[in-house]
Amino acid sequence: MPLVEFTPNLASQTSAQACRVEGATVGESLQAVFAKQPGLRSYLLDDQGAVRHHVVVFVDGAAIKDRRTLSDSVQPDSEIFIMQALSGG
Amino acid sequence: MSTTLHLGTRKGHFAIEKNGKGWKVAHSSFLGVQVPMLLPDARDSKLHAAVEHGHFGTKIHTSSDSGATWEERACPTYPPKPEGTPDILCPMRQTPVPWNLEKIWSLEAGGADEPGVLWCGTIPGGLFKSTDGGASWNLVESLWNRPERAKWFGGGYDWPGIHSICVDPRNSKRVVLAISCGGVWETLDGGETWDRYGKGLVADFMPPGQEEDWDSQDPHRIDACVTDPNTVWMQHHCGIYRSKDGGHTWQRFDNGNPAVFGFAVAVHPQKPETAWFVPGVKDEMRVPVDGALCVMRTQDDGKTFEPLRKGLPQEHAYHLIYRHCLDVSPDGRTLAMGSTTGSVWISEDSGDSWTRLSAELPPVFCVRFEKGS
Repeated sequence: MPLVEFTPNLASQTSAQACRVEGATVGESLQAVFAKQPGLRSYLLDDQGAVRHHVVVFVDGAAIKDRRTLSDSVQPDSEIFIMQALSGG
Repeated sequence: MSTTLHLGTRKGHFAIEKNGKGWKVAHSSFLGVQVPMLLPDARDSKLHAAVEHGHFGTKIHTSSDSGATWEERACPTYPPKPEGTPDILCPMRQTPVPWNLEKIWSLEAGGADEPGVLWCGTIPGGLFKSTDGGASWNLVESLWNRPERAKWFGGGYDWPGIHSICVDPRNSKRVVLAISCGGVWETLDGGETWDRYGKGLVADFMPPGQEEDWDSQDPHRIDACVTDPNTVWMQHHCGIYRSKDGGHTWQRFDNGNPAVFGFAVAVHPQKPETAWFVPGVKDEMRVPVDGALCVMRTQDDGKTFEPLRKGLPQEHAYHLIYRHCLDVSPDGRTLAMGSTTGSVWISEDSGDSWTRLSAELPPVFCVRFEKGS
């Protein structure tokens, strides 16, 4: 089961907690996360379900390519890391 | 008079309270996070805050204790864009207008006879309505789907936005709103249907022949008199206007002293002939005239405008007062004003004199009295 982890910045704003979920794609994995932590969805995805402009999703150290439909594949032992894109404060 | 004032700023919410020693910052919330809009709802004493995270989007939080504690509530969300729906392109830049919440730009309570109704205006131009006190929101598609939306465009922001929502105290189903840039709109049935108005408005910045196009007007802010809602004052990009028929037709005033450009307007709640503005140098400059900050008041229905300067900095003062940063209390005498450079002033004599509460706050985005207090 892929491991999903979050930037501490997000954890400070929400109750985001690292978790293992079922999923063959980034989208499936995140939907499984949202099933457990529904309040997280709007922090990561925009109204149309795409990754927010200032959020980055890494799979095994590489930023995902499909930020709109989240179709990048993940392996059972993948690590998905979600962080904020660097931008001004 | 109101004794609690709420500020939404670039770095959080600040509650300011009056005690025996005057007005003081009492507490803050969401420190470090943008709070573009607040709504103290006099009907149930709830305080709603739009909290805009730089990375994680906008959320709405609600407090039952004037901002001491908060609970995250539902946030307006644009519905999935229907498959095959063509993009609306910004008429100026020919780029697609987003179907996403970019910013909450106005929050208003429904009428006293409709508890639970809240209105939310957004960038990129969607209006949302809640009928359950903010537990859920729905896009008002009757306005979003109007073909005229294709003519709306952004002003200071990239996309058009609804910044002013005036619910008629006599008839809660009648709501007038203003869009920058997209003119003045009215519903008489609680948002089921809409018509736009604007006779008399002139957008000098438009190409020749299009200056009076109602859809291209840039009202920076409108405010209606509480006891005479047919009187609506407007700070327009190109000047000051007043309507006597609820926003259908407008009279222009070119006699602003020292200027007719600005963003904010506040109308006396009981005296429709009295309104306050904060004039500045148009329009790329956006600074006080001669670096001297003043509030401008008319008390004679626009025949004259007088600059009010007592207590305001008059040398090298480059404060900009955003459109939501001037508010008047229900008593009609207490006013508050916040600036982009983190100053907040209070007047307790209708603007004749001002006292600065702080010059150290973050840039101020909105200023609102608790009107039930």
